[in-house]
Amino acid sequence: MTEPRRPIESGIPDPFPYMHPLLKQNYGQWKWHDRPRPGVLHHVAYGGDEVWTVKAGTQRQMDVYTVRKLCEIADAFAEGHMRFTTRSNVEFMVSSADKVQPLIDALDSSGFPVGGTGNSVSMISHTQGWLHCDIPATDASGVVKALMDAMYHEFTHEEMPNRVKITTSCCQINCGGQGDIAINIQHTKPPVINHDLVSKVCERPAVVARCPVAAIRPAMVNGKPSLEVDEKKCICCGACYPPCPPMQINDPVHSKLAIWVGGKHSSTRSKPTFHKLVAAGIPNNPPRWPEATEIVLKILHAYKENAKAWERMGEWIERIGWPRFFELTELPFTKFHVDNWRGSRVQLNASAQLHF
Amino acid sequence: MSKQLPETPMLDQLEGGPWPSFVTGLKRLASSEDKPYAPMMKSLLGQLERSYETRKGYWKGGTVGVVGYGAGIIPRFSELAEEFPESAEFHTFRVMPPSGMHYNTDVLNKLCDIWEKYGSGLIALHGQSGDIMLQGCTTENVQPCFDELNELGFDLGGAGAGVRTSMACVGAARCEQSCYDEAKAQRLIINSFLDEMHRPSLPYKFKFKFSGCANDCVNATHRSDFAVLGTWRDDMQVDQEEVKAYVAKNGRKQMIDQVITMCPTNALSLNDDDTLDVDNRSCVRCMHCINVMTKALKPGKERGITVLVGGKRTLKVGDLMGTVVVPFMKLDTDEDYEKLNDLAHRVMDFFVDNALEHERTGEMIERIGLVNFLEGIGVELDPNMVSHPRTNSYVRTDGWDEEVAKWEARKAAPAKAKAAE
Repeated sequence: MTEPRRPIESGIPDPFPYMHPLLKQNYGQWKWHDRPRPGVLHHVAYGGDEVWTVKAGTQRQMDVYTVRKLCEIADAFAEGHMRFTTRSNVEFMVSSADKVQPLIDALDSSGFPVGGTGNSVSMISHTQGWLHCDIPATDASGVVKALMDAMYHEFTHEEMPNRVKITTSCCQINCGGQGDIAINIQHTKPPVINHDLVSKVCERPAVVARCPVAAIRPAMVNGKPSLEVDEKKCICCGACYPPCPPMQINDPVHSKLAIWVGGKHSSTRSKPTFHKLVAAGIPNNPPRWPEATEIVLKILHAYKENAKAWERMGEWIERIGWPRFFELTELPFTKFHVDNWRGSRVQLNASAQLHF
Repeated sequence: MSKQLPETPMLDQLEGGPWPSFVTGLKRLASSEDKPYAPMMKSLLGQLERSYETRKGYWKGGTVGVVGYGAGIIPRFSELAEEFPESAEFHTFRVMPPSGMHYNTDVLNKLCDIWEKYGSGLIALHGQSGDIMLQGCTTENVQPCFDELNELGFDLGGAGAGVRTSMACVGAARCEQSCYDEAKAQRLIINSFLDEMHRPSLPYKFKFKFSGCANDCVNATHRSDFAVLGTWRDDMQVDQEEVKAYVAKNGRKQMIDQVITMCPTNALSLNDDDTLDVDNRSCVRCMHCINVMTKALKPGKERGITVLVGGKRTLKVGDLMGTVVVPFMKLDTDEDYEKLNDLAHRVMDFFVDNALEHERTGEMIERIGLVNFLEGIGVELDPNMVSHPRTNSYVRTDGWDEEVAKWEARKAAPAKAKAAE
């Protein structure tokens, strides 16, 4: 028998062989930039070189035909190179201004929306969902497709007060991350346990340790070693489900969507913030999730109409106050909006500063 | 007769609308009768449609890998294998992209060639940790597919309790705001942790992310255990002629409303002659004014990084952000980069020795306290690490004089070094 092939542990590939020649030549030598139009960036180097970048949205989950189409466009109109952003937008670089419009035309005619720059709504960062994840309560690509269809104008135009970053997550682990708006699964019922399988597939002490509120304990059920959940303590987070699939947390009706706002990654102006719950109990309604889409659009429009230039979603709410936010968005404020997790008392208003 | 394309009335509703449709892509693959993956993708469409009908997922994990590695392949077996047999095995490759996600068409086409030969033809560019995700491979094809990807120059990324795939912003390649060589730092560090990535044996996952400035375009503060953010220590660079040009073009009101008053520490003031006054000792390097006035303002010349440690998502204690562990480290020479890599290894060693099973770095620091963590990794305290000093008196301070002596000695050290020059 032949020796198996050993991997070449090459790690992260060197980007320079793949980089557009102008980026390579001017690496670390850029002087300033501007945005001639939505979807286009223009960078100027100290040495005088200029590069124009055209940014376009993609569906992230791409078939090889889509990837090859992007390659064809790059070969014909963009000097054979491209890069991707963290939000699955594709960026093509060209060496002269007169190459920009033909590239935009090629992207337009192939169905790739040009935009996502500056004060626009960028592509939603998302997860795998039903297409490929082992623990999802909803789909990711479908929710994103439905939302991006509804926000297409806001992707292709720069009409927002500042950039808007939206995320989705198919479970409460929140792989989609923090966002100006986040559309995440929120379970509302404890896991349904298949006691026949627990001892066969779950490492029970590890599952007990995984629970944030110590609601899981070992138990004998029907003569078999299993686990039981104190349903009064359970916060329905689903943390037990990945290490123990027989503790089914996903439910076609009771796994709902929740919407969160005001998350911010950057340290720009204000410090980074986490997103805050504003709406829950929203039906997980494929294939186009109309209820969630409607609320997202309502929030987005309130922000667009009312925030000042450069204010991110969370900074805008910080200025106008939460009462005004709930008024403008016509969303109800309930007891569930008040945090009672550890350290949450700092979230209460300990002042005589009020918004009327 | 070849297998029919399944009826997918729900998914079909995701083909309309202006945004590119992943469903149309899936159907293109499923209809490629001359390709080996067409039956697999027909089957996949059938299962996905079922998920849309029942609102349930049907994938389970398992154990699939390549020779020599204990991570990088995400096994997916269908719970509906009898009904959808051709996509019963639908594993994902996590493949690390070049730093900054730069490609030429040659390498992308070759990637597609390999994936068409062995896999489903479905590629995510990119996953949330920054991987190229090749989704949909049979167990049998995993090894030969990896071998060809590996020969093309690609390596697998992380999964499980190991070092995960990392991201770096576009940075120095195309951004004047970049404060260090992001790709260099990323490749130096990650490529020195390949053992911890490919053969995971840490307490839990560990993520590094690299952003060139405080705009943090790769979300390092929130999303990584070890966030490297570019910054500078000297005065920001101001081109006063360009400042005047900005005011002339946009007016004083816009200059005041969108630049001066939005400075979080009131470090800016507009002079009577429309030039800008900057109080650099109050500036917190937040990037706002530089983002607005891209021609007039830029970071200073003494550039380097801030390191934040302990960011993570929800499980188990709730979301945590990274917090400052190194306020400033100059990144210029190869030696400087080695110092950063050395810090990364000290943090990793401490994590391996001290974190509980399934405990992230941020949770560990919360449990043991920042001071113990700093002592463990050999980093000295700095007031930049806190929002403010403690507000409660529940602490023993009987070692006060010794700690004061340490502080005084540290303050004296740079002065002595300078005097000796």
